[in-house]
Amino acid sequence: MSWLLAFEVPYWGQSVFRVLGGLVAVLLPAGTIVYVFLFKMMSFMQSRLGPMEAGPYGSLQLVAEVGKWLQKEDIVPANADRKIFKMAPVVVLLSTFLLVAVVPFGPDAWFTNFETGIFYALAVSSVSVLGILMAGWASANKYSLLGGLRAAGQLIAYELPMVLAVIGVVIQAGTMNLQEIVVAQNAGSIFGFDGLGNPYIITQFVGFVVFMIAIQAELTQTPFDMPIAESELVSGYMTEYSGFRFLIFFIGEFATAGVFAMIASTLFLGGWGVPFAWFGWESVDQVDNWMNFAGPVIVITKMMLITFLVMWARFSYPRFREDQLQRFAWKVLIPISLVNIMVTAVFKVAL
Amino acid sequence: MSQLSQAEAPTPTVSDTLRETIATEVCGALGDAVVESMVKPGDDIWMRLRTDAWRSSMITLRESLGFDYFCFLSAIDWLPSPFGRGEDDPTEPAPERDTTVRPGYCGGATRMQVFVRLVSSTKHVGVTLKVDVPDDAMTIDSISNVYAGANWHERETHEMFGISFAGHPDLRNMYLPTDFEGHPLRKDFPLLARMVKPWPGIVDVEPMPGGDAGDES
Amino acid sequence: MTIVNDPLNAKLGDRERLSYIASQAADARLNVELETEGMTLNIGPQHPATHGTLRIIARLDGEQVVWAEPSCGYMHRGYEKLTEVRTFPQVTTLINRIDWLGSFANEVPFILAAEKLMGVEAPPRAQWIRTILFELSRIANVSLFLGDLGVQMGAVTPVFFAFRDREYVLDLIESATGGRFHPNFDRIGGLKDDLPAGWIQETKQVMRKMRSFCDEIESLLFGNEIFQSRTRGIGVIPRDIALQYGLSGANLRASGVDWDLRRDQDSPLAWKNADWKVFTHPDGDSFARCWVRLQETREATKIVDQLLDGIPSGPVMAKVPKIIKVPEGEAWVSTENPLGEMGYYVVSRGDVGPFRVKIRSASFNNISVVPWVLRGVYVPDIITILASLYFILGDIDR
Repeated sequence: MSWLLAFEVPYWGQSVFRVLGGLVAVLLPAGTIVYVFLFKMMSFMQSRLGPMEAGPYGSLQLVAEVGKWLQKEDIVPANADRKIFKMAPVVVLLSTFLLVAVVPFGPDAWFTNFETGIFYALAVSSVSVLGILMAGWASANKYSLLGGLRAAGQLIAYELPMVLAVIGVVIQAGTMNLQEIVVAQNAGSIFGFDGLGNPYIITQFVGFVVFMIAIQAELTQTPFDMPIAESELVSGYMTEYSGFRFLIFFIGEFATAGVFAMIASTLFLGGWGVPFAWFGWESVDQVDNWMNFAGPVIVITKMMLITFLVMWARFSYPRFREDQLQRFAWKVLIPISLVNIMVTAVFKVAL
Repeated sequence: MSQLSQAEAPTPTVSDTLRETIATEVCGALGDAVVESMVKPGDDIWMRLRTDAWRSSMITLRESLGFDYFCFLSAIDWLPSPFGRGEDDPTEPAPERDTTVRPGYCGGATRMQVFVRLVSSTKHVGVTLKVDVPDDAMTIDSISNVYAGANWHERETHEMFGISFAGHPDLRNMYLPTDFEGHPLRKDFPLLARMVKPWPGIVDVEPMPGGDAGDES
Repeated sequence: MTIVNDPLNAKLGDRERLSYIASQAADARLNVELETEGMTLNIGPQHPATHGTLRIIARLDGEQVVWAEPSCGYMHRGYEKLTEVRTFPQVTTLINRIDWLGSFANEVPFILAAEKLMGVEAPPRAQWIRTILFELSRIANVSLFLGDLGVQMGAVTPVFFAFRDREYVLDLIESATGGRFHPNFDRIGGLKDDLPAGWIQETKQVMRKMRSFCDEIESLLFGNEIFQSRTRGIGVIPRDIALQYGLSGANLRASGVDWDLRRDQDSPLAWKNADWKVFTHPDGDSFARCWVRLQETREATKIVDQLLDGIPSGPVMAKVPKIIKVPEGEAWVSTENPLGEMGYYVVSRGDVGPFRVKIRSASFNNISVVPWVLRGVYVPDIITILASLYFILGDIDR
């Protein structure tokens, strides 16, 4: 953040700011999503009020829940592989923190600005699979094992359509740097009309739909919540977890939802930017400094929109069966995204 | 939605002639396997079968007489309970009770009887078939390979009455713990809760609304 | 009871040992064929999908069930034994608890059996109110099933709609009988009380709500592609298997057997005075069972509406003696309860209490088909099949 750099913050100070910013960027969306969607929207959809007691309109419910979880005993099953069992939730949350590192929040407000940012993001998002497998295996519980294996199968199957959907964006933007993808969207124009910029949700709509379905599966939300599947596997890989380790899984679930939604909004909705034509900017260098403050707000607003879609589907649909889910990934999503890549490539060359 | 069949509205009233025809038909087909039969007009058909012809009669009933629906199988212990209705004062010596075995409809020669109810899914008429269980062997043929649904009912009857079913695939307990001793539905199995403490329900016989007080028949 | 000292026996009862042997056999078979190792999965007795304490022992090959068996008895309350030490009017309070979601419907066949033995006939008004309450308990019961169906498949929303709308019906039952869950309202010779004032108008409004609830569930669940792909062609029970196992109610009609005891049986109750349909489905799969139940709920609201219009006036209680002694005899009465055919075989010895009561509950037979139908399905289908067969633990274990 350029104005901060004007104070000549030493390197360690910048690191501290980055860590604090990362914590905020992970926990704030997670808390907001849990309260707004899980507590309130779900309740209104089900014709009930949801939590109303803790704080005004139940707004402190989450604090109460966190307090409850922190008080609970940290139980490790007798036959569990203790080290791996204790490590697993950390690994899952780690992938979320690694993910948020590449999300740009403003022209200068970013944690890191990788040249291959999207490649990195897709790579570290798979780290959570490792954590889930570890949890499933180390719990010494059959339900956990089944849940972990299902999760591994599902996450790997849906990684592919996600990558393929992103390739369309990468081809169109001509870069893998997330910051440049944002700039390309906001500085771009659709057939000469630049009032909206060129958000890829319009030109890459198929890619957006495939990406949304894939992140629904990556986040193991209904209809793709086979790994958790309360009515079959009790709680899947989380069955044996209690107390703050369960809390970490819980935060991980919703923080990852938030971060994936941020990445989706960066890739398809123009990220932190507003169409540059509105203010007469030509490139990222001309963007005013206040966008560094407006940017995070814009990203979070877009993130909430995307998360709304994810949660809406989650609360409405029954879940798929394991084989149907795999069939859907391999027989429907992957062919569609391959066709999407071909069409995008043809247009890219032709135009 | 796919095809659905809508049933005709009028209720077929089952007359006595229908039940009597069916009873004669069954008696004719089963021959001397039927020891005794009884038709209560507008109610039901009861029949007592010979113990050795139990399974073969079931096959006939299912294959040629159209009784394809298996309703239930259970047993009755005809011994009147030596504990009465569990209302004895445990501090007093137990009163003497008449415990002569007296069978119900269609008679019977043994203490235990197994009874099964089969229904015809087309005629919607059922029969209740009874069979004597020999007192010494306590075993009759299993019908679980005639009517697959009898499997669980025979398991239940086995643990509750101690009747064995020859040819049943596995007579494990359904409800009771594996090491439970005794057969709870036999009349000589005491209901322990009533043995320990007198039943308070004996005093409050509920007055029926509409019935006059003191009107006792 | 004996205390078994052998450490192996103490660890494994007979049942477990046999399960183990069977699982070993399944293992051996699998190992020969596929060279994979199986796994035994215990679903229950404490498990979110069994809404009660049913335990299913499933032998799995990956996610496929090789062999599965329900193990019940965790809720056995010995009602058949308890009836033998109670008087006839006292029995209804027990049998209320068999199928606790539609408890009034449990009382009716027993009372009818006692009335049949005594030769007492309840007055027409009592019979009509009985039928209305019977159908109300069916609606209360099956609406919960329709909501629960979604939860078993991961859709959390329908169950809240079900609980919300079922409450209206329970309120009706409560205002008429005094008990939301266990009315204990039926008496030999009639009913405890007449209907309260304004009940008929109230009921008609609720029936309208329930019909819109059925529409809501139909569009929310039954029209959903995922729901259909999870239920269609899953857990098919053919006609002859359904008959052999003695399935009843919607499970039987979903297998294409056109048989409803309300229509096909002589009964003093008032169903014959209403115009309604019996729905059957030829498929016999999970979807068919759910669909038939949904249609039945809608028909039940229509039955209630029609009966409310034509309810005769008069007393609700026939003249019966204060202390009821039932003459010697045997009687079998069954009715089409929410879960299926519920019947009582009552043997009386001329005493104030029954000599023997055999309770034929629907779920016991409905669940006995589970080992047959679960062979070869996937783990998630265990849940949908069990949900569509619709059992209530109290109705299995009695």
